[in-house]
Amino acid sequence: MKHLLAIEDLERADIDRIMARARSFAEVGRRDIKKVPTLRGRTIVSLFYEASTRTSSSFELAAKRLSADVVSVKSSGSAVDKGESLKDTIATLSAYSPEAIIIRHPYAGAAQLVTAWTQAAVVNAGDGKHEHPSQALLDTYTLLERLDSLEGKRIWIVGDVLHSRVARSCALCFRMMGAEVTICGPPTLIPRDAAAALGVEVSYDLDALGEADVVYALRMQHERMGESFVPSLREYASHYQIDSRRLGHRQLLMHPGPVNRGVELSSEVIDGPASLITAQVESGLVVRMALLYELMAGGEPRASEAGADAEMPAPTPIGEPA
Amino acid sequence: MATEERAVASLDWRGSDGAPQRDLVIAGARVVDPREEIDAAHDVVVRGGEVAELAEPGSAEIEGAEVIDAEGLLVLPAFFDPHVHLRTPGREDEEDLETGSRAAAAGGYCGVLAMANTQPPVDTAADVAALRERAREQAAIPMGFLACVTQGMRGEELTEMAELADAGAIGFTDDGLPIRNARILRRALQYQRLVGLPIALHEEDPELSAGGSMNEGAVSALLGIGGIPSISESTMIARDAAIAAFEGARIHVQHLSAVESVAAVESAKATGVEITCEATPHHLTLTDEEVRSLDARFKMNPPLRSEADRQALIEAIRSGAIDCIATDHAPHSSDEKEVPFEQAAMGVIGLETAFPALYTKLVLPGVLELATLVRALSAGGEPFGFALPRLTPGNAANLVLVDTEAEWDAGADGWESRSQNSCFAGMRLRGRVLMTVAAGRVAYRQRSFAMGVA
Repeated sequence: MKHLLAIEDLERADIDRIMARARSFAEVGRRDIKKVPTLRGRTIVSLFYEASTRTSSSFELAAKRLSADVVSVKSSGSAVDKGESLKDTIATLSAYSPEAIIIRHPYAGAAQLVTAWTQAAVVNAGDGKHEHPSQALLDTYTLLERLDSLEGKRIWIVGDVLHSRVARSCALCFRMMGAEVTICGPPTLIPRDAAAALGVEVSYDLDALGEADVVYALRMQHERMGESFVPSLREYASHYQIDSRRLGHRQLLMHPGPVNRGVELSSEVIDGPASLITAQVESGLVVRMALLYELMAGGEPRASEAGADAEMPAPTPIGEPA
Repeated sequence: MATEERAVASLDWRGSDGAPQRDLVIAGARVVDPREEIDAAHDVVVRGGEVAELAEPGSAEIEGAEVIDAEGLLVLPAFFDPHVHLRTPGREDEEDLETGSRAAAAGGYCGVLAMANTQPPVDTAADVAALRERAREQAAIPMGFLACVTQGMRGEELTEMAELADAGAIGFTDDGLPIRNARILRRALQYQRLVGLPIALHEEDPELSAGGSMNEGAVSALLGIGGIPSISESTMIARDAAIAAFEGARIHVQHLSAVESVAAVESAKATGVEITCEATPHHLTLTDEEVRSLDARFKMNPPLRSEADRQALIEAIRSGAIDCIATDHAPHSSDEKEVPFEQAAMGVIGLETAFPALYTKLVLPGVLELATLVRALSAGGEPFGFALPRLTPGNAANLVLVDTEAEWDAGADGWESRSQNSCFAGMRLRGRVLMTVAAGRVAYRQRSFAMGVA
């Protein structure tokens, strides 16, 4: 794997390999000294054009546990604030010869675009409403820690699917792992042709939620109210909130965070026994360690390493055939 | 309403100085002019700027004429593009009249009509006069200029349409933006009775398309990119056709992209509305599947739509429901395209690839007959009152010499256009324009071909 841009680009074998690697890193987290020298001397740039707490901190800590040097750039207060283009920012940061660039950007395809401008491995930490592949992988890991396999499991993704990169990546990833996925939400927040595009079932109500083995609630953003996607948060909550009446005893509950308590989830289920929300954060660390390992230490030698000689060939002695 | 046909030669270009042009014999070419029901090998004699004779192959001998051996090549009526953006004035870093007209000549066009959404927009008689003067100095082929319907393209007040017409505007358009306010459009169509020029409409309901960057459908669902629904176009066509019918006015609908839009135009035509319309080579050959690449070269407005939409457009070209093919040639600098898809500017260049792309993707696989394609590519002047290019003797020589066997990689040798944002770049295409004769004069020769005959 050269980059991690989208779940759509992955194959089942890639996911299995990352899961296995993450399990081996889980042991590191239980040691007194939670650090391994695997990526010592390697440089990672973390470039966030959107606010993020858990994803940026999780990637940064994962990099540090692998002993890499991390440079974190936030869009506010940087040259980006002064109108620098993405291309120029990447050219500038690439001058430090990073082995990996982790990027979050408000628009789809930004991470993919960056691959054309740098030798570094590029990790998509969320591009617009497109994909958030590391989130889907950590969610898959979290579920595999509880369930032996996702084969035949029914997973409901509930909420604002239209604006959710998490929903897209998770639906694709869970399906690749053999699960049957249903997306559920108000008709205004389910993309047109979503069933065909994502290979999922679509439901506009929670009536059949009982069939789900896993309920994955999405964050409902307040700004959607102003755009007439739903009439009110109150009506949304009354129709789509996952609470203790709707969530059965055997059903696992997930959420990518941050949660709007009392909107998509009621407080009692967030803190209830079925909730995997904290476990998801824990998984994030080991899965991101596994991803960085995969991209920076696994597989073939990187082009930037091999290319150092190719770019500056040894001078041919005069008189010898070139 | 002006009804008399205008000659392509009445447009402005640097060839309009009347300097003598050497006579031409294009010997042994297959001449295809579907309107005149010509499809046979001839020696085409061009004398004094007119098609003088279609002689038996090998029979034409003209003293002092340049003779071009055209065996195995095609002579077609030259193409006419009623919809190009030449970015002048204001964004000459993207295109100017010289580079844009060179691109058109290289694509086989004998005439183009430039849109008015420049910076500033073309909305005064002085703007039109200045552009016409510049065209007489710089344009490699005849070109005309449309002026805005509303002042500053703001959609609020009409421009001085009568004065603009007197200054030589070819028609009116706020292209790039829809005319949101139905009352303003109605006033413009009423005023058309005085002014007598067609009004070209970019049809889009901005409320329905808000936040969209690509066609709304399965691909946008997968990519999480805001969708532009096809009904944002078709509902406005239906509205404007109704207003035109009520006022007895004439409208030209630009760049149809969707099956619902074809239906809206067909139903307006069926009830006698004076409505013409166009479709672009990219909408006829590509779909929103291309956007999976997230490459901003596939971003334009209206967006590439579904395969069903594309098929409906092709069928409408066949049936004549769509009157002509227009490129919507829209140059953009690379820094407006080397950004994430949603941030990128909308538009693609298209003049140099129109015939090869359509020939490769529609004629070669047998989807469209060559005659149908030629008819649609050369018909673009008709909605604006221009005489159609014809290859029968006595007509002004507006013709193009094409090698349909030539294969090339689009853009590999660079572009005549100053911009490079082609959605066909890198594609292997069949068919290449070797020479363009516009208003009786040689406007373009392909470089390697020109060397061969020199």
